[in-house]
Amino acid sequence: MRVAVVDESALRASIIEEGLAALDGCEIFTLTDRKALLAQLELIDPDIVLIDLGNPSRDVLEEYFAVSRALARPIAMFVDQSDDDAIAASIDAGVSAYVVDGLAANRIRPLLDLAIRRFNAFSRLQSDLAEAKGKLAERDMVDRAKRILMDSRSIGEPEAYAELRRKAMNSNRRIVEIAEAVVTAHDLIGGQ
Amino acid sequence: MSEDLAIGFLPLVDACLPILAHEHGFAEEEGLRLRFIRDVSWATVLDRLLYGHTDAAHLIAPLAIATALGRSRPAQPLAAPFVLGLNGNAISLRPDLAESIGFDGTLGDPRQIGAALAIEAARRCKGGRPIRLGVVHRYSSHNYMVRYWLAACGIVPDKDIELVTVAPPFIADALDSGEIDGACVGEPWNSVAVDRGAGVIVLATAQIWRRGVEKVLAMREPVLDEKRPQIEALIRAMRKAGSHFVDPANWDENAAVLARPAYLDQDAALIRRAISDHLVLRQGDRPVHYSDFMFQYREAANFPWVSQAQWLYTQMVRWDALEFSAEDARTAGKVFRPDIYRSALKDIGESLPGASSKVEGSLRGLTQVGTQSGSITLGKDGFFDDRIFDPDDLEAYLKALPGR
Repeated sequence: MRVAVVDESALRASIIEEGLAALDGCEIFTLTDRKALLAQLELIDPDIVLIDLGNPSRDVLEEYFAVSRALARPIAMFVDQSDDDAIAASIDAGVSAYVVDGLAANRIRPLLDLAIRRFNAFSRLQSDLAEAKGKLAERDMVDRAKRILMDSRSIGEPEAYAELRRKAMNSNRRIVEIAEAVVTAHDLIGGQ
Repeated sequence: MSEDLAIGFLPLVDACLPILAHEHGFAEEEGLRLRFIRDVSWATVLDRLLYGHTDAAHLIAPLAIATALGRSRPAQPLAAPFVLGLNGNAISLRPDLAESIGFDGTLGDPRQIGAALAIEAARRCKGGRPIRLGVVHRYSSHNYMVRYWLAACGIVPDKDIELVTVAPPFIADALDSGEIDGACVGEPWNSVAVDRGAGVIVLATAQIWRRGVEKVLAMREPVLDEKRPQIEALIRAMRKAGSHFVDPANWDENAAVLARPAYLDQDAALIRRAISDHLVLRQGDRPVHYSDFMFQYREAANFPWVSQAQWLYTQMVRWDALEFSAEDARTAGKVFRPDIYRSALKDIGESLPGASSKVEGSLRGLTQVGTQSGSITLGKDGFFDDRIFDPDDLEAYLKALPGR
């Protein structure tokens, strides 16, 4: 079974590819470049195409499939009515699947389930990463504020932190917000 | 009632009414909180609508009808109780093609341009490389406007000129690289291409049909039934947004809002030009004014005329090579919901058309039409070839159309 994974995120595409490669009898092709997408698909002649919902080439792809219905191997959306749950799950995960006419549902389902799991895992990875970056940026901001207080008031680090924390509690704000205010004020007023 | 509605949209200027309803507090006044989900393909806007990620969506009108008829997805009843705008699209060509058909720096006559294009199309066919035009989707008014125009000028679409699907953000690239020779797309994408020198605007689609239905606010019928008060509140909020949008005093502010990354993420200057019905046709030229280039509010622009839905059905039959079906025509007509529109606006002093359907293209000048409380004035609404669409005889209309 030939599977084409269309995704402009090379990272996500390789995560999907790795997962699908574990399935028996699957040959995986990843297409991350929108140029020559259709020409590549024609060469590959896939049985299944997976494409992420955020991909700007979805309309081009669907038009290609609509035209292909007149050809030897018509491809349709994976819209077997009895599998509405599977489609809903794939939309939730951010992936849509197109299968060649006549492919048995029991061949598609495991593949789609795996793709859904991998897509969901990737989303979680991305939000974890965003959160970690956010936390790092916040830590950095608090460190800068501490240094400013230590320098300008000749106090030690624990004291500087305690000042920030006290101010945060008294004004019902987060420590990072107070830190931001300290750093901004310092930049504007013109410190060393 | 403080209710949430999730609205799907594509980054185009004509997504403006729900966005501005939110940004200017009109939705809030109606007790609504709007949340927007931005996508980059119509397939995804549609899928999110069908699978409940969004309650309503900015959608190309023919796609709402295609979905109700089960084309490319299993049939699902959709409702369009509000038209988000008429017109707003243009046809851009690569500068070399524009020059070879006599572009002179102005928006020309559709008949003359079409005639010149027919000659050039024949020449390029003989040369083995037919002219190729890009449209955003087969179920879009862009596709239907271009085909209507070409066929009326004696050019057989798909045979004399190829038509391919290209996503709006890539139109400029595709023109530049020669992948396509021209395109029909909504703003700001024509202007993006012109700005880069990749394209020249030769026609506004309003020159093909002066009152062509473009985008609708679409939703699944069960969602309409379940959230009817919220949908009607949204309709009222969008009417206020429309009034705000067409006021020149607000053009700068609205262009700036729409330009934001969360919405169109484009140059506010380009958006402001489109909003004010100005177009720069060729790189470096001064803007020209084309009144009614965009049409979001006046003359009952938002009223979902059943005849518009049925015109779209006839074009679907024509270009998908379907058998005409009276039942499908009825289903198509039922997608547009003037009853909801009237119900939403009946108590706030709006002039609401008395009829739900009209003969399209027949108004030669300013015309009074009856409303429930008096009348409103509609402007010229003609097709460039003077053809008239009578929704009472769809088959006759189809038979009379050229190039089927």
